[in-house]
Amino acid sequence: MVVFLGVTLTFIIPRFSPNDPVETRVSQMMMSGGQVNPEAVIHLREALNEMYGLKGSSLEQYLAFWGRLFRGDLGPSLSTFPTPVTELIARAMPWTLGLLLTSIIVSWVVGNLLGGIASYYTESRVMHVIDVLSQAVRPIPYYIMALVLLVVFAYFIPIFPFSGAYPAGTRVEWSLNFVLTVIKHSMLPAISLVIVGMGGWFLGMKSLTSNIISEDYVVYAETAGLRPRRILFSYVIRNALLPQVTGLALQLGMIFNGALIMEVVFGYPGMGMLTLQAVMANDYSLIMGIAIFSIIGVATSVLILDLLYPLFDPRVRHQ
Amino acid sequence: MLRVIRDLLKHDGRFRVAFIFLVAILIMSALSVVSPHDPGRTFRVPADMPPSLEHWFGTSSRGQDIFWWMAFAVRNSLFLGLMTAIVSRIIAIFVGLTAGYRGGFIDRALMSVNDSFVVMPVLPVLILLSFLLKGSMSLVTLAVILGLFGWPWDARLIRSQVLSLKERAFTQTAVYSGTGAFRISLNEHLPFVLPVVFATTINNMLWSIGLEVTLSVLGLSNVTLPTIGTAIFWANQHQALVAGVWWWLAAPVVIAIILFLGLYLLFSSVNEYIDPRTRLRRIGG
Repeated sequence: MVVFLGVTLTFIIPRFSPNDPVETRVSQMMMSGGQVNPEAVIHLREALNEMYGLKGSSLEQYLAFWGRLFRGDLGPSLSTFPTPVTELIARAMPWTLGLLLTSIIVSWVVGNLLGGIASYYTESRVMHVIDVLSQAVRPIPYYIMALVLLVVFAYFIPIFPFSGAYPAGTRVEWSLNFVLTVIKHSMLPAISLVIVGMGGWFLGMKSLTSNIISEDYVVYAETAGLRPRRILFSYVIRNALLPQVTGLALQLGMIFNGALIMEVVFGYPGMGMLTLQAVMANDYSLIMGIAIFSIIGVATSVLILDLLYPLFDPRVRHQ
Repeated sequence: MLRVIRDLLKHDGRFRVAFIFLVAILIMSALSVVSPHDPGRTFRVPADMPPSLEHWFGTSSRGQDIFWWMAFAVRNSLFLGLMTAIVSRIIAIFVGLTAGYRGGFIDRALMSVNDSFVVMPVLPVLILLSFLLKGSMSLVTLAVILGLFGWPWDARLIRSQVLSLKERAFTQTAVYSGTGAFRISLNEHLPFVLPVVFATTINNMLWSIGLEVTLSVLGLSNVTLPTIGTAIFWANQHQALVAGVWWWLAAPVVIAIILFLGLYLLFSSVNEYIDPRTRLRRIGG
């Protein structure tokens, strides 16, 4: 349903737009090409129309659009013609995936653990400090955090590089040295994602567990003399985990959007940079490809989540 | 209204902080009226000057006084947030009230549209949209577009409230005394819903200002217009950090933090003031 609506939207939106992509492209080429004879322009226009799938009636176009989509064909990129859009996405994806997957999972695990512990040991001073910090960090968007870190740790205390995933001119290869530089370059973006993400998970977990702690079975376990650690992990945290798993899955779906600004700010060669390049080069088909790709990504993860739910929560299974 | 503010100032620490932050932001945006510089003009002052008494936030590589430029930026970002909030509030109130009160087929139709909007990833759609509108994108168009995408959560919230209001005795009395559906929604139900609307307004502003920053950094909005997002865009374009002009990046960052924290703290303290039960939802959501 979401995929259907999203794809339909990406189909409809360009058709309402005042700027015709074909005409823009044609006039661009005419400007850069100097003298162009009219016949060639007509040819070019036809070729572009074909490429955008602008032939035939709206319904035919719409069906053809779906047909190409099913074959995994998002068309050629315009700025780096004739490299297909899918190949560009495939090249940028691993960077984004690697960075985001690691930082989201790290922040999820740490945030949830701390959240659970914080609500169980309420008198702890350290936990109180973390609590206040999370409250303060929560509304700040991750990219603002990234900029703060960038100014502080790359400019004033230059321990991390400004930008890129590896120094310019290095060959991409699987050597220890290269992997280490990549890790060093991704530290700052990762840290800013982790800090902000952790704050959110921490607060979420804390509010969830604070309800559970007063439940009968926890009180029972306490009177039965179970060790606090055991209660915390197998009763309190475990029962609070389900909504957090949902959140995690949704976040993982959002990975396909990438941390757009993050990558632009740090010059990290993932999906965000790809989007920026596409915008700068007026690459319409690439932008469209990225949009469709991320919509499908989100929708798929929602679907998978629905299918996996019974595994986590027996209550869902029984219904 | 004034009494509420005084009460909150006295008892709620978060509100105090929010109050100070937001008053600072408002003063700054008000100052844009008396700005000695036109934000559209470049090279009015020497470029790349560090912060000093004369130029509080320093000057940019484009020869603009960052303090005055940010004054306009704050005003524009606030305007965008408010405008988006108003547009999406109108849709949310309309959809929420109708779906909740009418029920049946209308409810189901409206809610299935709503559900699709809830799960739809807004960002890629927005990027595509603003890419196609590039050049003709004004602050108002952007606000309206964001407003069109920002209503579904709140419509759901309003609907669930109306569902319970519908069962109350006063609604029944109104129905039996011959009041029309429209009047019931407007006169009887809307007042109950307004506190929720107010609380979600702030959240919606945070959301839209954040999206504006995203789009601007990608260069997808009207970048000649000063906003928090375009400030970051220009600093990035000129590689401010590599050139050593750190204050160019620091200014929008500091102001964004003050604005976001201020709005968020206001949201959470007002939310708690209205309904303590939302405390849990807020933290969980």
